[in-house]
Amino acid sequence: MAYSEKVIDHYENPRNVGKLDQDSQSVGTGMVGAPACGDVMRLQIQVNDEGVIEDARFKTYGCGSAIASSSLATEWMKGKTLDEAATIKNTDIAEELALPPVKIHCSVLAEDAIKAAIDDYRAKQKHDDAAPAA
Amino acid sequence: MVDLTKNYFELFELPLSCQVDLQRLSSQYRALQRAVHPDRFAGDDERQQRISIQYASHVNEAFNTLKQPLPRAIYLLKLAGRDVDIERNTIMDPGFLMEQMELREAVADIRSASNPEQEVERLASQVDADILRYLQQFEGFWVSATEQDLEQAETVVRKMLFMVKLAAELEQLESELLDD
Repeated sequence: MAYSEKVIDHYENPRNVGKLDQDSQSVGTGMVGAPACGDVMRLQIQVNDEGVIEDARFKTYGCGSAIASSSLATEWMKGKTLDEAATIKNTDIAEELALPPVKIHCSVLAEDAIKAAIDDYRAKQKHDDAAPAA
Repeated sequence: MVDLTKNYFELFELPLSCQVDLQRLSSQYRALQRAVHPDRFAGDDERQQRISIQYASHVNEAFNTLKQPLPRAIYLLKLAGRDVDIERNTIMDPGFLMEQMELREAVADIRSASNPEQEVERLASQVDADILRYLQQFEGFWVSATEQDLEQAETVVRKMLFMVKLAAELEQLESELLDD
């Protein structure tokens, strides 16, 4: 099966590979896996006080499409507010990368990772608010 | 000749179980294959030949499903009314995923290890032990078979899918290392 040029570009030059401090209050971490192919994805966001995603990082063990999907997701998330980032859909990712039908689940994985990272960040903030002021 | 309404266990006259007598499965498979082999119907009309091809592929599918523990487990769940929808399901236990990440990192580091052959063997036996543990867990849940147990069994199957994939990768890597 031939990969699209965009997939190859992201696969060969993945953007934003790496790790952020998982324990930091300003970092949200999303971990997801796809049983269908055994791919595992970690996507992290660093959010500033205005609720804007300043940095995004990922690490994906999987096929080219999964790596490209998460690479693109981090690119799109940077500079967006949490609410804006939450609207990114797997169909947008699949369309941008011209993923074939058998690889759609890779974009689903990326969308779920985005949601999981945002949820994790928000849960941390809620927890923070509930804690008594030091 | 081949009753397509029978489940795969019935087809091979095996008890419905997580454990399958592989020798018996193979001998039953060979007997059925002989009975339905398309060559036997070479002189028959086209319709008869088409049916024979259909039977043969049904028998193959059944054999491949029961032969390996993981597809067998997925099939057992299907018979119990639970379709493991692996395509759409992504959210998993974070602890498990963390462990998967670490395992993948370890696999990625094998080539730069001081003794890669030893490292690949160590990881492979760890993964094999995990798969065995999951199979035992699956059997426990499948035998008790309450709705809750079957849901747990499904979760175990999803975890096994990751491990089996990893085991295949390690096997591939091992043969590559031997070729180097």
